[in-house]
Amino acid sequence: MSPRAELHELDLTELSALLAARQVSSEELAQALLARIATQNGDLNAFITLDPDATLAQARAADARIGRGEGGVLTGIPVAHKDIFCASGWRTTCGSRMLEEFTAPYDATVVEHFNDAGAVFLGKTNMDEFAMGSSNESSWFGPVRNPWDRNAVPGGSSGGSAAAVAARLCPAATGTDTGGSIRQPAALTGICGLKPTYGLVSRYGMIAFASSLDQAGPLARSAADLAVLLDTMVGFDPRDSTSLERPVEHYGRALDRPLEGMRLGLPREYFAEGLDADVARAVDEALVTLRGLGCETVEVSLPNTRLSIPVYYVLAPAEASSNLARYDGARYGYRAQEPRDLADLYSRTRAEGFGAEVRRRILVGTYVLSHGYYDAYYLKAQQIRRLIARDFDAAFSTCDLILGPTSPSVAFDLGERSADPVQMYLSDIYTIAVNLAGLPGMSIPAGFGAKGRPVGLQVIGNYFDEARMLNLAHRFQQATDWHRRAPASGA
Amino acid sequence: MELSLDDVRRIAQLARIAITDAEAAATRDQLGNIFDLIEQMNAVDTTGIEPMSHAQDLTLRLRADEVTQTDERERFLALAPETERGLYLVPQVIE
Repeated sequence: MSPRAELHELDLTELSALLAARQVSSEELAQALLARIATQNGDLNAFITLDPDATLAQARAADARIGRGEGGVLTGIPVAHKDIFCASGWRTTCGSRMLEEFTAPYDATVVEHFNDAGAVFLGKTNMDEFAMGSSNESSWFGPVRNPWDRNAVPGGSSGGSAAAVAARLCPAATGTDTGGSIRQPAALTGICGLKPTYGLVSRYGMIAFASSLDQAGPLARSAADLAVLLDTMVGFDPRDSTSLERPVEHYGRALDRPLEGMRLGLPREYFAEGLDADVARAVDEALVTLRGLGCETVEVSLPNTRLSIPVYYVLAPAEASSNLARYDGARYGYRAQEPRDLADLYSRTRAEGFGAEVRRRILVGTYVLSHGYYDAYYLKAQQIRRLIARDFDAAFSTCDLILGPTSPSVAFDLGERSADPVQMYLSDIYTIAVNLAGLPGMSIPAGFGAKGRPVGLQVIGNYFDEARMLNLAHRFQQATDWHRRAPASGA
Repeated sequence: MELSLDDVRRIAQLARIAITDAEAAATRDQLGNIFDLIEQMNAVDTTGIEPMSHAQDLTLRLRADEVTQTDERERFLALAPETERGLYLVPQVIE
């Protein structure tokens, strides 16, 4: 680490060392990043809510804690939160007009964990409305731009978090991933993002989209940083009925382990038609590096990959139509003006409060759950979901980890796919099956493709195998410097 | 899949989302495309496959029947668009 490096250039691990050595205070660090956000966020639109007074107060408290010798590895580290997490006293919008004026009355468990660790709440990041989208263009607060190319999308739905980390506005951010919403934006912005095994991170206080698929995870610049963040985010929570009760793990325990003999499965279906040549080239080069580090590669097959998209677009809208029934204009959130009667209050509140993509998905979900169609759509989708999960089981009998591209293309242009929902849905072909199976998946930078836009390498693990995934990523990052590349700062 | 405008209006009514005639026509086309995608599922024989509702085999936990939440009625009511005497207000339903 260069002593002359500016604070925003340093990653979480480097900043943690500086804070612990008291070479910089958390308050100075928070001030430096808030100043950078003030100059850089205008055209990126990555942050949608800032509260510098609250941030700096928390930073001073972190400094006091470090001074007492009670600091941990995240104490004093500024972290941005996707605006899907409720945080007491913070406006919590989920990217929607429906919640534009909503201030959360309590903390999500994830936020609580970061507060307990002494992390500093830097702000709320932009996102696709109710996490429904792959480009961040469905936000009520306007699209996020990709720091590598302002004409490109950052991916979605955690696009604000990804853009903020990529643009060096913060060392780390939280995201959520229902069909690829951490991994795909991480890939498109050249950073690292990890979706843990379903059930490891509490969903309490995380605004629900599709509850059987939603899972929170970290975005940061390196695998080592992700390990530290994961240690803080994971944990049993009785307030989430799907939270798993498991022994506490230290996710960085295997980072440095040699990769000799590790078997990497390459799904034939992930390297087939539909994958852009520039992405394929970068992924192939990454595989050459990994073979050089001692990994073996074997071909595996996930024959139902193509079906993951139709299955997802039944299950996720079905669960969403149920979860979003709560927005009725009566108890909190947006309310239509001068309703004629109760039915008018409900239907205009929801027509005006939800954007086009959210309304579309609620309608799809309502239809597939409606009388007479349940078996043909919902039950059928759940059956194929089982086949998709079995594909992974079979593949993991011959390999330790599965590798492939995160996204079939580099970041696309703003507006390029927003008019055609089905085209947008196909962006998630390599990520969705992982959510359906409930497996952990991550994306790490693996070079650049067309127009100098980043390419992500996806690493999929078996259930609870996050430490091994991070091991592979860390060794790869010791042999390459893609994760250290930064986009040019904006004007 | 062919949806009629009446189908779209009926779904919108079930979902309690107001929809204009112009929106209904555009929505019909978009939903038609989405259902064409969804109906790729029909090619798969799923006879005898146990539906998978969840990623993990979970059993619902029981907990002791003790009070774990404090009364925060005032704080939560403060979030509502309209309240009166501790109640949420909506337009009159019964004359």
